[in-house]
Amino acid sequence: MTVHTKPVSRYTTAARINHWITAVSLVLLALSGMALFHPSLYFLTYLFGGGQMTRILHPWIGVVLAVSFLGLFLRFFMLNLWNRDDTVWMKNLGSVINNKEEGLPELGKYNAGQKLVFWGQSILIFLLLGSGLVLWDTYFASYTTIDQKRLSAVVHALCAIGAILIWIVHVYAAIWVKGTLSAMTRGSVSGGWAWKHHRKWFRQEVGKP
Amino acid sequence: MSVMQAFDLRRRSASSVPPPAAGKQAAVPVAKLIDVSKCIGCKACQTACLEWNQLDQPIGYTDGTYDNPTDLTTASWTVMRFTEYEHGDDLEWLIRKDGCMHCDDPGCLKACPAPGAIVQYTNGIVDFISDNCIGCGYCVKGCPFNIPRISQVTSKAYKCTLCSDRVVVGQAPACAKACPTQAIYFGTKDDMIAHAGKRITDLKSRGYQNAGLYNPQGVNGTHVMYVLQHADRPSLYAGLPDNPRISPLVGIWKGVMKPLSLAAIAFAGAFGLMHYVTKGPNKVTEHDEEKAAEVAGSDKA
Repeated sequence: MTVHTKPVSRYTTAARINHWITAVSLVLLALSGMALFHPSLYFLTYLFGGGQMTRILHPWIGVVLAVSFLGLFLRFFMLNLWNRDDTVWMKNLGSVINNKEEGLPELGKYNAGQKLVFWGQSILIFLLLGSGLVLWDTYFASYTTIDQKRLSAVVHALCAIGAILIWIVHVYAAIWVKGTLSAMTRGSVSGGWAWKHHRKWFRQEVGKP
Repeated sequence: MSVMQAFDLRRRSASSVPPPAAGKQAAVPVAKLIDVSKCIGCKACQTACLEWNQLDQPIGYTDGTYDNPTDLTTASWTVMRFTEYEHGDDLEWLIRKDGCMHCDDPGCLKACPAPGAIVQYTNGIVDFISDNCIGCGYCVKGCPFNIPRISQVTSKAYKCTLCSDRVVVGQAPACAKACPTQAIYFGTKDDMIAHAGKRITDLKSRGYQNAGLYNPQGVNGTHVMYVLQHADRPSLYAGLPDNPRISPLVGIWKGVMKPLSLAAIAFAGAFGLMHYVTKGPNKVTEHDEEKAAEVAGSDKA
């Protein structure tokens, strides 16, 4: 007989909306950015109404992402502060990848991998915003020198690739670790999932009245 | 613009396919030679450029120098830059006709992300094809000479075309045609280098020991060259770069980064797929659910 535990609430509706605005804008930014980054991917500009429209839209979507991500940052940064258990978890990353989580420390709401995704994207999006503004010639061309723009182009491309790689890890983790996706779609996870992956957090949650 | 299709391309921006002219006999490289020592600063070339290219430079302001307009614009593809060079008791007025140098290895074309927005014909002329231009300003970052200007109205990039539309029918550029002192020559690049040699010999005989040709090798030579009285110090001429080359940052951005980035993304995707195939999903077990029910139950009891 299957045991059905009460779902454990993980994300509020507001947090979920915040997440999905960020997610959609990040995907659109990756597509439009890659279109302008590599000639072989220039065909992606058709998704945005052509080259000119891609060039016009990309920075505005970036503004949406920056504001939206700031929301996520403020919501979750306290929960993503590094602690000793995270270091132990990272040392046992090999076991985690091999689906052997037994013997790892009990975790709060986020494990070290999730925290690295969080801080990685926080830093990269901050750099992308800064370098992106320098490259936004329509409004800001006159504020920087050409050399600063050149440097920004390299920084922007590097950070974008970094952010895309982290995004791949983030999405893959959600596919790999079953039962995760419901946290962001419906806002809750099963008790078993919470027990298995974030036991300390689960104990806190069920401890609540 | 249909006549443009008669041009054979040597390079095409953001295109990895061989340009249409590959395998065909290339046109003879052309060049414009600007003899700074013969320029009187009359700006006939500027006027001819505006007229031939039907450009409309709005009336601006004077900043107290003879530079007018004070910088290149989307309409002024060439501007005379006046420099007062004082040395000892001597004052020299160095007047340089600024504009696109038509680099043999064009940084603008290298930086451009829009296929076919910047092309180089087999005769060496670098041209912007406005239809394909998306207005991103990458050409500005690629250019070692700070030449392209982006229009606030059309959001397209503009610069000197070396009158490619005149050259294709055997005419010299409008500026060369208009110059009253023949400070601007136009012909095959070999002829222009040979002619510059004669001019330099003449200048040296008149005391300009450092006279020379400006045909910078950092960009594999240019299709607009200068005869300079002081070729040892090009920067005297209103900041003409001494050793122009495509910025290494642009080289990285448009070089190794492109294939490496796609490879990294492909690798990450493949790693995920292989991980799933070999290790399988991470599943919550019955045991986990039971333990959860136990803890939740006991805490709530």
